[in-house]
Amino acid sequence: MGISRGHVELLQFLRDRTAVIFTFAFPAMLLLLFGTIFGDQYTDAGVSASHVFSASMIAYGILSTAFVTMGAGLATDREDGTLKRLHGTPITATSYVLGKLILVFALSVGEVILLVGAGALVFDMSLPDLSHWMTFAWLFLLSVTTCSLLGMAVSGIVKHARTAGAILNVPVVALQFISGVFIYPVTQLPSWLIQVASFFPVKWMAQGFRYVFLPDVMKDQEPAGQWELGRIALVLGAWCVIGLVACLMTFRWSRDK
Amino acid sequence: MNAIDVRGLRKSYRGTEVVRGIDLEVARGEVFALLGPNGAGKTTTTEILEGHRRRDGGDASVLGADPATAGPQWRARIGIVLQDADDAADLTVAEMVRHIAGFYPDPRPAAEVIELVGLTAKSKSRIRSLSGGQRRRLDVALGIVGRPELLFLDEPTTGFDPQARRQFWDLIRELAAEGTTILLTTHYLEEAAVLADRLAVLADGRIVAEGTPATLGGRAAEAAKVSWRDNGVLRTEQVDDPTELLRKLVATDADLRSLTVTRPTLEDIYLELIGGDK
Repeated sequence: MGISRGHVELLQFLRDRTAVIFTFAFPAMLLLLFGTIFGDQYTDAGVSASHVFSASMIAYGILSTAFVTMGAGLATDREDGTLKRLHGTPITATSYVLGKLILVFALSVGEVILLVGAGALVFDMSLPDLSHWMTFAWLFLLSVTTCSLLGMAVSGIVKHARTAGAILNVPVVALQFISGVFIYPVTQLPSWLIQVASFFPVKWMAQGFRYVFLPDVMKDQEPAGQWELGRIALVLGAWCVIGLVACLMTFRWSRDK
Repeated sequence: MNAIDVRGLRKSYRGTEVVRGIDLEVARGEVFALLGPNGAGKTTTTEILEGHRRRDGGDASVLGADPATAGPQWRARIGIVLQDADDAADLTVAEMVRHIAGFYPDPRPAAEVIELVGLTAKSKSRIRSLSGGQRRRLDVALGIVGRPELLFLDEPTTGFDPQARRQFWDLIRELAAEGTTILLTTHYLEEAAVLADRLAVLADGRIVAEGTPATLGGRAAEAAKVSWRDNGVLRTEQVDDPTELLRKLVATDADLRSLTVTRPTLEDIYLELIGGDK
């Protein structure tokens, strides 16, 4: 049933052109803009700013495909009767969520291919070796899961599906700025702001993706002067648990209290 | 065992009691109509029995289980026709019916259900493009695709044109003939009168009358009004049993071309019950 939900979720998503453009192509468009505008700036290590953006922007892509899609999707399903319809059938909540996760993972994989592809083809970023891809795999899994769970949890407090996109984008945009997704190098930010950002997952996601796609010398540009992979796993893992608990506490089939 | 057994059902929203102690029994295979004006508590009652809402008080047993805690196996045995859903707008009719059918252990074939509700010509159309009445027919299709033992229909024909309503009634009769128990809510009197084996009138969260369409509210026992013309003069008499009076009239040479015997219509009784003259 979960797989059947996933199939239907994907079909519906792909048939809704606005959703495809906004969640999917928007991060790629920003990457092209930022990369082009700042592309001729180089770090001391000789790395183009466009590569830094290509890596950091994957965090944005995942926020968009996982956090926003999940949060807005759940709010819409609650409002248009999807959840009510399903709750009248033998499907379980687990299968429903599984369907959403299939959608989110499919979109996130597509988004990463789009962003890395743009980085590689347009900005000539070289692709990492196998061991970096291994890091990418767990980082990607953890990031998408965390963002999806948090999106689901937040959807509980979104009242209307129409405003869900706007509301969900507030933390997305704010966190990206203070987490240095749009700012390079991150250390330009006031240190107290970096400390605030360090409480949230986005900073760690972006940092992890920079580790995967940038040369090792770039770690000097990070706030700690290192990649801090262990800490990235720890913070994302903690948010994953927080998200899961929040979901279990707030998920309801209907608006009835 | 009854399909539905309800005792003292209560539900409040923010301190306002909308269901105030309802008792209901619906036998297996019966078509039961809950009739009442908007806001009488029909939808709330139905949603509690469907497992969509929690009750504040009373006992409820639906197909032998408590709807508040019953699980997927129980849901496989009921069918719900939603009143106001606009989900799955980007899927086609056939895709949606097949998708929902896949959740049930022994579903009807999708094409058969679509044919039953008269949407075959639309089966490849996006749900978004359906008219209001077509959309409701799809909801009916999704409600019956799992071969439910008990079907909930909450104001199913709102927005139907007269022809679609007739076709829908035929479909309900077919389902009832197959042995499906049906709980129907409606504010159309004639619909309840035509379809239901038994009906209850709900007003202000309480059941104010219960019976068959013929006996509701003591309709059979109400005084009959007999009118005829006697030498061109209209005569009218109220009697409990018109038999004796009619015998007398036939024996005389009264002009009986204009004879009428009327009892209060179901509508008269209904309006009286729900306090429509207030």
